[in-house]
Amino acid sequence: MLANEHIKQRLIEKFAEQVSNFTEPFGMLTFEAPKEMNLKVLNFLYDDSELKFQFLTSLCGVHYPDQKGRELAIVYHLHNLDDNIRIRFKIFTDIAKPDVYTATGLFSAANWLERETYDFYGVNFLGHPNLKRILNVDEMDYFPMRKEYPVEESTRIDKDDEMFGRGGTFGYGTEKTDHGTIAEAEKNNEGRPVL
Amino acid sequence: MPTTDQHIRLPEGSIERTTTRLNLGPTHPATHGVFQNILEMDGEKIVSAEQTIGYVHRAIEKLAERRPLYQITPLTDRLNYCSSPINNIGWHTTCEKLLRIKVPKRVDYLRIILMELARIADHLICNSIVGVDAGAYTGFLYLMQYRELIYEIWEQVCGARLTTNIGRIGGFERNFNNIAFEKLEKFLKEYPPVLKEFENLFVRNRIFMDRTIGVGPISAERALNYGFTGPNLRAAGVDYDVRVHTPYCSYEDFDFKIPVGTTGDCYDRFLVREEEQWQSLSIIEQAYEKVQEFKGAEAEVYHADVPEYYLPSKEDVYTKMEALIWHFKIIMGEIDMPAGEVYHSVEGGNGELGYYLISDGGRAPYRLQIRRPCFIYYQAYEELVRGSLLSDAIIVLSSLNLIAGEMDG
Repeated sequence: MLANEHIKQRLIEKFAEQVSNFTEPFGMLTFEAPKEMNLKVLNFLYDDSELKFQFLTSLCGVHYPDQKGRELAIVYHLHNLDDNIRIRFKIFTDIAKPDVYTATGLFSAANWLERETYDFYGVNFLGHPNLKRILNVDEMDYFPMRKEYPVEESTRIDKDDEMFGRGGTFGYGTEKTDHGTIAEAEKNNEGRPVL
Repeated sequence: MPTTDQHIRLPEGSIERTTTRLNLGPTHPATHGVFQNILEMDGEKIVSAEQTIGYVHRAIEKLAERRPLYQITPLTDRLNYCSSPINNIGWHTTCEKLLRIKVPKRVDYLRIILMELARIADHLICNSIVGVDAGAYTGFLYLMQYRELIYEIWEQVCGARLTTNIGRIGGFERNFNNIAFEKLEKFLKEYPPVLKEFENLFVRNRIFMDRTIGVGPISAERALNYGFTGPNLRAAGVDYDVRVHTPYCSYEDFDFKIPVGTTGDCYDRFLVREEEQWQSLSIIEQAYEKVQEFKGAEAEVYHADVPEYYLPSKEDVYTKMEALIWHFKIIMGEIDMPAGEVYHSVEGGNGELGYYLISDGGRAPYRLQIRRPCFIYYQAYEELVRGSLLSDAIIVLSSLNLIAGEMDG
């Protein structure tokens, strides 16, 4: 039976320090590699007679705008059906040059999944047979799942980032009123509400 | 070049063009949903096909990035709307995994009853539609009554029929009432003979066999490479089922078989879905027995004790300070969830329905990706229909059980 620790050892044997950041959130072995290495790693996982990660469960993009130089992540979920074990493999790319090798040669399932990732995150899969938008209209000129595009209209303050614990623009208590900000006015008013 | 002495005079230029382009969809009665196939036809043979999807894309993954967990449940209804309870409960179990909530056994069993009913409702529609597309309308009308009965059971449990929003994180919003159990007993008693009769109509029917055997086959290797899961993969001979491989909701307590086919053609897909309905019936019976074994206070348990995520009863909200606070915090979405990333999948009507949830410690998911089985296996459609007849292409379409809502996300 294949164990996470063993998979990790095999990967380190083969790729040395190029595979890194091994973690096991909720029991699933997760690691990353440089983006140029993605096909080498996927091929090794696929072909190795012991590892046999031959089923691509899913592939998706994630946008981390704060990580300079590695803003876009591509996450592969792979499954070894014989031993029934899953792993998660990540690569990161610069958003200014989001070129990544396609996995369509290895998995036919990757075709539409990569088109979806291109459609929503703008990842350019080099060598993909038909890289065009799949769910959005062809005329769209931006990549809508990137974090800079808010989903709600800007007048809705109840859906502001601030309401979800992530900073935000609404700034409750800092709006200007006739008496200064609400916080200042309440202070002057001996703590009683002013509105 | 057309010669002048031929009997039929063809219009100029028509002889050079040998294939015809045919649009199947986006709004065509045979597609059972809004998606398009552009077929390149040579006479009645399909030379190539290209699919266009996205007509009902609603940006569920993007919307989920600005919703607290409980507000995402109604979005999942809209994936595979023939079996929404599986989507809902799949989402709840994903959240429970991230939040490390342990739900009581009785909740697990009640959930299994609902999910297996949903599986029956899903397969029932798919198989009877295969019949309709092969020209046999009767079975469809006959089985439809029992989908209605399933919907009535859901209605008793959650108040809705199609987009169910069933259950809550940690359990159910209220206990099952007696009418729900009565209707369940009625279903368990009346459905098996009806299903048997439906099978008598189809399984050894010469016309049906001729229309489906050898139509749209796929080998196990190709199916795996294309990411097939669920009945479509099992029809190709691979016994992969999430309920067995990574059990959730105490599926390990149940005894059931995984039917597999051999050729992966429409007939095998039909038979696999039929057999799965029998297995689901058996699981429901076992689960119902287990539910009845709970006595006294145990029989009243319908949710886990997680005040941070489970809305308190209205009675408590009006009389107890603490319940009022939790109510307010939950409704306003003021509860931070733990940071982490989790992948959790359930066996949906069409295969492995997976939720990949990344939390950064905020109040809504940082990223939610939904593995939608339809979207992944519909890629294989071109390979399945190339070289076959137009009428076969339509049966392949319905026997794959393509649900536009699930495909487009």
